[in-house]
Amino acid sequence: MNGPVQHHILSVLVENKFGVLSRVSGLFARRGFNIVSLAVSPTEDERFSRMTIVVDAESAPLEQVTKQLNKLVPVIKIVELAPAEAVERELMLVTVKATADARSQITELASIFEAKIDDVGYESMTIMVAGAPTKLDAMTDLLQPFGIVELQRTGRIALPKLARRPARLRAVRTRSA
Amino acid sequence: MKLTGAQALIKSLEQEQVEVMFGLPGGAILPVYDPLIESSIRHVLVRHEQGAGHMAEGYAHATGRPGVAMVTSGPAATNVVTPLCDAYMDSIPLVVITGQVPYAVIGTDAFQECDTVGITMPVTKHNWLVTDAQDVPRIVREAFHVATTGRPGPVLIDMPKDVSNQMMDWEWPEQVDLPGYKPTLKGHAKQIKDAARLMGEARQPVLYVGGGILKARAAEALRELAELTGFPVVTTLMARGAFPDDHPLCLGMPGMHGNFTAITAMQQSDLLIALGSRFDDRVTGKLDGFAPDAKIIHVDIDPAELGKVRRPDVPIVGDCRVVIEELVKAVRAEKAKKAWPDIDPWMRQLREWQERYPLVYEQIEDGPLKPQYVIDTLRDNTPDDTIVASGVGQHQMWTAQRWKFNHPYTWVNSGGLGTMGFAVPAAIGAKVGKPERMVWAVDGDGCFQMTAQELVTASAERIPVKVAILNNAYLGMVRQWQEMFYEERYSEVYLSPDLPDYVKWAEAMGCVAFRVDTPEDVEPTIQKANEVDDRPVVIDFHTDFREKVYPMIAAGTSNDQVILDPAHDPYAAGH
Repeated sequence: MNGPVQHHILSVLVENKFGVLSRVSGLFARRGFNIVSLAVSPTEDERFSRMTIVVDAESAPLEQVTKQLNKLVPVIKIVELAPAEAVERELMLVTVKATADARSQITELASIFEAKIDDVGYESMTIMVAGAPTKLDAMTDLLQPFGIVELQRTGRIALPKLARRPARLRAVRTRSA
Repeated sequence: MKLTGAQALIKSLEQEQVEVMFGLPGGAILPVYDPLIESSIRHVLVRHEQGAGHMAEGYAHATGRPGVAMVTSGPAATNVVTPLCDAYMDSIPLVVITGQVPYAVIGTDAFQECDTVGITMPVTKHNWLVTDAQDVPRIVREAFHVATTGRPGPVLIDMPKDVSNQMMDWEWPEQVDLPGYKPTLKGHAKQIKDAARLMGEARQPVLYVGGGILKARAAEALRELAELTGFPVVTTLMARGAFPDDHPLCLGMPGMHGNFTAITAMQQSDLLIALGSRFDDRVTGKLDGFAPDAKIIHVDIDPAELGKVRRPDVPIVGDCRVVIEELVKAVRAEKAKKAWPDIDPWMRQLREWQERYPLVYEQIEDGPLKPQYVIDTLRDNTPDDTIVASGVGQHQMWTAQRWKFNHPYTWVNSGGLGTMGFAVPAAIGAKVGKPERMVWAVDGDGCFQMTAQELVTASAERIPVKVAILNNAYLGMVRQWQEMFYEERYSEVYLSPDLPDYVKWAEAMGCVAFRVDTPEDVEPTIQKANEVDDRPVVIDFHTDFREKVYPMIAAGTSNDQVILDPAHDPYAAGH
């Protein structure tokens, strides 16, 4: 996920029933749409879940993706969040080699990024950092020279930016056939 | 009222006015077969679960009502995957019920367990695993609603055995509540106006009509639109019969094996009005060379079809019948406003092509029997409203080309998936749905061998379908491609004309059977077959294996490059 990926963010409201994730991911697989990241979470209403799907814009026209998604019976609503108009956040856990002499440099780096040292071992430490995906990318690059042992990212979640003018979030379509 | 889940399932099917279902019992579905004994629903016992699915499809094709099939878990469920996929591709309303191992043991690799919901997810419009008997009426209601509305398609209900045995309080839901499923029926008024305006500017228009017309019961509306505008009509493989072949505006079938005029009319058109059609690759040929100068009006109930393959100038989401009726009004208004361009030169051009490039073949009196001759003779010796089913291959293309479909719902075939073996079970399903009509399956010898055992079903159930096997001893269409594109290197396409002995085989299955080798026997044998009305009939026509399907557009080439039968090409003949 290094470098700018041409992507779309879809915020998909689905019925909270078993198998829905499999219906959505199966649709992406068989239509040849690439998923950059996917996060599923409960919503304020327990009947529904929200999937935040980052779609590789190169792999398929967004219109086909949303239209096909809309045909799934448990899909209630799809909102496209234009990257510039959305607050995107992601969480990363990274374990990095940290011998005694490197520890202070890594700690310093962590404080610049407002990251948190979550675990310290004999020769490594685990850092948690949250924020915009670009911030996570930058942190990863800077930790690279120390030696990254393991890294995990949650995939992004997003909400529309609260603009002073009318929001440009756009309901793509709420109908299906 | 207290019922078991199984009783509730059968009662729910009755509520949905199911008259007939096709199926085969087994372990996990046993509880549901028990209350079937007291039910008003007729059950047709098939010999293979694939047959149940295709019969349900044939029934749905012929009647417009959803076909229902019921089978057990595991291998039975996997055997209906082919019909489900077939129905999904061709938008056939189907409700399939599968048994499942008890919910309590799902996930333990129990006997005859398979992940039916997982396997069928990509080939159904939606599917349900029932986890509580109380949900049965609601799920059945939803299943029929989803299968039959919007773009129709197959659905599946997976019924675990313990849920079938569980007690529930019977209550039939008044309403279907699916917040994520709201098909759009009515077209956008401004788009319809735009469409009428474009139609009023066209000089070389073509109505490009697909299976959606039949699904929407829009044949009459289409006829009104065609006659009002005077625009010619091409009917795709899935739409044969949606517009009468004997109508002067009908150009017949376009596509890979369409006729020259239908193909070329689309190719040179300046306006294609796509109604319930989906720009399938078998219609468009090489996409970037397809109808380069045509503007596109595309009407479909499935929004995902609009712009999937070719970007329309005027997209209209809606039910074909509703939209066409609105379009008729809009066209009237547009015609009242201004004079429309004269399309006579275009119509003259089309007539000239029709005269110059007819479908041709030659039956020599004492030469080998030509498959086209068999089809023409069958067509001319059966009632006008005969229902014809076919398998997939050369025989299917010849039938689609040569039959005169003058009524909707008389052509039953597997278009999108191209399922060999479709004809026999589909014909049986159609005959069950329309017992008063004559039903013929035109089949190939390769196809026939895949599902012929369902003739046992037909004999046992007294379903008098008729089967014409065009037996050329080859997997003919594959042979044709090997001849034309693989330098006559024939690989695994020979089947033998008399292994099996089709007459003996058919007789063993309880059918009346005939064999025909010569042209003069064709008509009298068809007459004999037509007189049989208490059991199935099979005629084994031994046809010329050299015969190929023309015209043809080779895969991956443009629709400008129609390959005509070299023996009859007017240019080759020096015209």
